[in-house]
Amino acid sequence: MIEALLHLAVLAVFPPLLVGVIGKTKAWFAGRKGPPLLQPYFDVWKLLQKGAVYSRTTTWIFRAGPIVSLAALLCAGLLVPLSSTSAPLAFGGDVIAFAYLLGLARFFTMAAALDTGSSFEGMGASREAAFSALAEPALLLALAIVSVPAGTFSFWEVFASLPWATWGAAHPEILVAVVVIFLVLLAENSRVPVDDPATHLELTMIHEVMVLDHGGPDLAYILYGSAVKLFLFASILVHLLVPGPTAAGLSGTLALCGGTIAIAVLVGVVESSMARLRLLRVPQLLIGASVVAAVGLVALFVRGQP
Amino acid sequence: MLWPFLLALGIHAAGGILALLFFRSNRAALAIGTVACVAASLIGVVAAGHLLLVGGAAEMQASWHVPVGELRVGVDALSAFFLLCIHLVSGLAAVYGAGYLGGHAHERTLAPVVFFFALLVAAMTGVALARDGVLFLVAWEVMSLAGYFLVTFEHEREDVRRAGMVYLIASHIGVVFLFILFTIFARHGGDFSFASLASAGAPSSSLANACFLLALVGFGTKAGFWLLHTWLPEAHPAAPSHVSATMSGVMIKMGIYGLLRALTFLGTPPVWWGILLIAVGALSGVLGILHALAQHDLKRLLAYSSVENVGIVVLGIGLGLLGQSTANPAMAFLGYAGAVLHTLNHGLFKGLLFQSAGSVLFATGTKEIDALGGLSREMPVTALTFLVASIAISGLPPLNGFISEWLIYMAAFRGGTDLHGAAAVATIAVIPVLALIGGLATACFVRAYGISFLGTSRTDATKAAHDPPLTMRVPMVLAAALCVAIGLWPDAALRLVERPTQVLVGVATVPDPLLGSLIAITRVSLVLLGLAALLALLRRGLLRRREVAVGSTWGCGYEVPTARMQYTAASFAEPILGPFEATLHRRADEEFPTAYFPREAHHQLLPGDLVGERIIVPVTRRALAALGRLRIVQHGRVQMYLVYILVTVVVVLLWQLSGGSR
Repeated sequence: MIEALLHLAVLAVFPPLLVGVIGKTKAWFAGRKGPPLLQPYFDVWKLLQKGAVYSRTTTWIFRAGPIVSLAALLCAGLLVPLSSTSAPLAFGGDVIAFAYLLGLARFFTMAAALDTGSSFEGMGASREAAFSALAEPALLLALAIVSVPAGTFSFWEVFASLPWATWGAAHPEILVAVVVIFLVLLAENSRVPVDDPATHLELTMIHEVMVLDHGGPDLAYILYGSAVKLFLFASILVHLLVPGPTAAGLSGTLALCGGTIAIAVLVGVVESSMARLRLLRVPQLLIGASVVAAVGLVALFVRGQP
Repeated sequence: MLWPFLLALGIHAAGGILALLFFRSNRAALAIGTVACVAASLIGVVAAGHLLLVGGAAEMQASWHVPVGELRVGVDALSAFFLLCIHLVSGLAAVYGAGYLGGHAHERTLAPVVFFFALLVAAMTGVALARDGVLFLVAWEVMSLAGYFLVTFEHEREDVRRAGMVYLIASHIGVVFLFILFTIFARHGGDFSFASLASAGAPSSSLANACFLLALVGFGTKAGFWLLHTWLPEAHPAAPSHVSATMSGVMIKMGIYGLLRALTFLGTPPVWWGILLIAVGALSGVLGILHALAQHDLKRLLAYSSVENVGIVVLGIGLGLLGQSTANPAMAFLGYAGAVLHTLNHGLFKGLLFQSAGSVLFATGTKEIDALGGLSREMPVTALTFLVASIAISGLPPLNGFISEWLIYMAAFRGGTDLHGAAAVATIAVIPVLALIGGLATACFVRAYGISFLGTSRTDATKAAHDPPLTMRVPMVLAAALCVAIGLWPDAALRLVERPTQVLVGVATVPDPLLGSLIAITRVSLVLLGLAALLALLRRGLLRRREVAVGSTWGCGYEVPTARMQYTAASFAEPILGPFEATLHRRADEEFPTAYFPREAHHQLLPGDLVGERIIVPVTRRALAALGRLRIVQHGRVQMYLVYILVTVVVVLLWQLSGGSR
């Protein structure tokens, strides 16, 4: 019970911090002071205080978009373990439910974007659809790499059965999974090199342009939702990299949060040190990620399952 | 408990014939046909549901003999499941059709279409009930022919006649393979009845392989497997929408039924059957949805998406077969259960999509996605049902498509864990394939829904649009409700597919943690809905005493955007199709601006079909050229024909005399 409450508390409070960490990292690289670490919280808080402006082209879909997206992302958050027990809604096969809940969130974000009738947002929705369709196989292949040897398709049991003792040397394919999931993290969370969250009205952007017409509490939901998504991907990575959260109680959760901060710093470093890919290159990156994951999976079979 | 099904079949047939007798009054014919179809469908649904939940099977043999076989009918859980699909989907379609055809009442006689619709449903019932090869083929042919007359409803249109012809030819090419298949079955079993076939045991492995391939091609043509699918995108858009709903929702599934039924006679499958089916399913799924994305015609898009969904069903069957060949009943159960449930699910949401698309056509007179836009204001009910069906067909929670795809994922995963070698690789390949199909389907249906129903109206066609009459709205809303119900209570849906799956697996088994997981999915769905409600209330509370303004869409400061500035369906699909261009065979019809004072310029991408244009058309042309030489004997002189007959008779006599027939 306490574990479940801890899970809910972390999910509700922690995610925006990661966005702040990325911002700080980028500022540090650029030699700037940067916005405060807690700026994302201030943003969400400020937006929640505001009224709203809706376009006259829009219908209820536009208003439902942020709500359904955030609900789906939070629901996905209840499937990924964040403390020393399994997640509140965990079940055998929750890996699939996780991927498809993200799909639901995306469906409504794209529909809301098309509802405005703006060609900017249509463009964003179209690109989001294209890239996520390619990212999805990569994500599930990478998750299959770790879950097939575990014999279960549930996050908690997969993470609990990872072979920690012989990690690096004997299981190089786990490293493949980690790299691929990191790539998917960058793509799904619209970070460099797939998308650039810093540019607001350039034709290269994907996610930001889909939410141009949202404001007030709706935008707060969207900002918070994207932080949740980033946090979930980061915590899956942490689970694969360190056996931290198996430590009982608060310390496990703290270790997990610390790990996600490290991932956020890494995202910031990637963002500061490389340019966004040309749009036409992005599918190649994502298909490449799928291929790498497939190779990892085949390697697993060739070596014989543990 | 066979009689309710025979009663339903009888009511369908009687309703059809009665409607034909009242051909002078469109209203009477339509009313009789609809009432009969609904009554029969209710009986069928209740009886099939009862059989699926309680169990049982029945078979009977009538004293009446068809020329080479006996009139054997029977029902088991597998038949009952398909009977449930048939009656559910066509019952809803009949009600919808009453409203839809009402719009045509002033221009043509409706009795034939009512009759052939009834005949189609009766024939499908017959296919599911037949326990004899000859009866099966007779019912199959009646089904195909009734389909032809329904497709050519608007027969004064050239393209409709052509579509009908393509469909008719495809059906008959397919059925040739079935004739061979059932002849082999009859030789193996002693007579045409399924009972003697089953008691004769599994055929030898080479014979079983031949039967499997024949069934794959014969039934695959009806089901629309890739390479055999080219009739689907022609026939479905040409037919009236309630017929498209029935054809796409259940008629093509009779191909799945036939394949499954044939597999029950073929014994333990070798591993390569499952691998082949997984390849066929992957090809149909991915290429089907890519072609759907490339379409501009709403109904053609839906037809291609049927190819995709049949692909998903075949992936499930392939996994089931692999589970059987490797003696892994848990995997076989998951694979078959997913396939069977997806058959029902697809019947529901594809029927619903065709009906919603039909309502759009009914209201605006066009199916061109790029001519629509903003319909959700004028047609709120249709927009909602189309949205529900779009989410469901994309396989997203909390709707029914997610459940069947989840089952197939679990089968693939189970196989990846338990199997070895090529079988394991083929199984695990299903996971990324299904993920890709899911992602592309989401893109396809966001596009179809978003461009047609959201934004602002692109042409005048949508100006006078309105929701269809009650008779059309009710079945749409009912189908949407069923999609939601199966999505929210998958454990109840599992009880429906449990028995037919056991018929296929051959062992009474339900993998242990499955039921618990399905109940957990209910929990996830309810939490999802609860969270959404909570967030909606929160926003409502926040906005209560604040200013909620209405403005124009942000256009970088530009205040008077026009409808033409919206993103189009073609542009939406472009970045998605880019990496897959080689599979699509699209042609560009374009004229670039030239010279210093350019005049008109245009660019249009015409979606094509690689299989149709690169394989079917050239092969047909060659075949026609080769067979043309035979025309030498076909010259129209009666005297020569008499000579042919004489020569034939003499040859047959000589053959008989020389003891040629033993």
